[in-house]
Amino acid sequence: MMWIYEKKLQYPVRVSTCNPRLAKYLIEQYGGADGELAAALRYLNQRYTLPSKVIGLLNDIGTEELAHLEMIATMVYKLTKDATPEQLKEAGLEPHYVDHERALFYHNAAGVPFTATYIQAKGDPITDLYEDIAAEEKARATYQWIINMSDDPDLNDGLRFLREREIIHSQRFREAVEILKEERNQKKFF
Amino acid sequence: MKQMPKEYYERLEELQAVDFALVELTLYLDTHPTDYQAIQQFNQLAQKRRQLKKQFEAAYGPLEQFGHSYSNYPWNWDDTPWPWQV
Amino acid sequence: MFTTRKQYEPYISPFDPCPPIRVKTYVTAPNLYIGFQPPNLPQFPLREALMKGTLWKVFYDPYYSPYETKTKGDGS
Repeated sequence: MMWIYEKKLQYPVRVSTCNPRLAKYLIEQYGGADGELAAALRYLNQRYTLPSKVIGLLNDIGTEELAHLEMIATMVYKLTKDATPEQLKEAGLEPHYVDHERALFYHNAAGVPFTATYIQAKGDPITDLYEDIAAEEKARATYQWIINMSDDPDLNDGLRFLREREIIHSQRFREAVEILKEERNQKKFF
Repeated sequence: MKQMPKEYYERLEELQAVDFALVELTLYLDTHPTDYQAIQQFNQLAQKRRQLKKQFEAAYGPLEQFGHSYSNYPWNWDDTPWPWQV
Repeated sequence: MFTTRKQYEPYISPFDPCPPIRVKTYVTAPNLYIGFQPPNLPQFPLREALMKGTLWKVFYDPYYSPYETKTKGDGS
């Protein structure tokens, strides 16, 4: 596949309120267990050993997740790039600042660093796809809770976009299960 | 410092809209390989994308790296703004 | 047709220390009901699809915070 980078975001991210505290919540979807990095690495790793019929899907959703990772990074960047250390402290981000200044890093809202233990690849196609469906549902729910914590309408539009993508990804993984279940003589439709 | 004009944001969104539909259709076609109408829509949008990309790049510089877009002189692939700065 | 929100009533004990939440709502997104997506479903125009996050109307399920004062809450 070999990646080519396109110099634009998938969706026009806008953040309208200067509220660095939101960055603390958003980072959960950057370096957290059910976040976009975990999703991208999970699917891009599983794709090597899945049946050919579903490799394309894993390839393509994995790639899209990297684009979503970039969107989350953009939101965090915009919320923190002009914040003073005082504002960051008020936002509960001073441990992060002390280690990273305003640089982003792959950890969750609680500061726990990213680990490969967040993902799995069992080598069994049904197992792997159910892991993927679960991952998408977990991400969808997490976006709901971040939306609940945020009162920035423009940011929330971006989060609603990302949540909707999780619904679609879950749908596609469910379809992939159906494709793998398919008996030789039967065509899958409704 | 370079600020982008209003048209930049409008054109960018137009391209993002076409590209988004292409991503959606790609995922759909990965599980629905025999949907003829969807493939037609995909290919039409792919062609539209080529046009939009060309116009956008003529005004604002290369969108893709490693030779998937042409460069101007001096090298402008790494001009600001980057997507998270826009 | 299907609904995208369901509700239930958690058990409330007379000894619960805080004012009880009487009704809890959860999401049942379209992907639970559609099965294998059929062809030719109605689509949004492109710009709208980008902003909503999907091409197909049947999958659109916006989520709003129930704590936002101005909206009804759960988008349904």
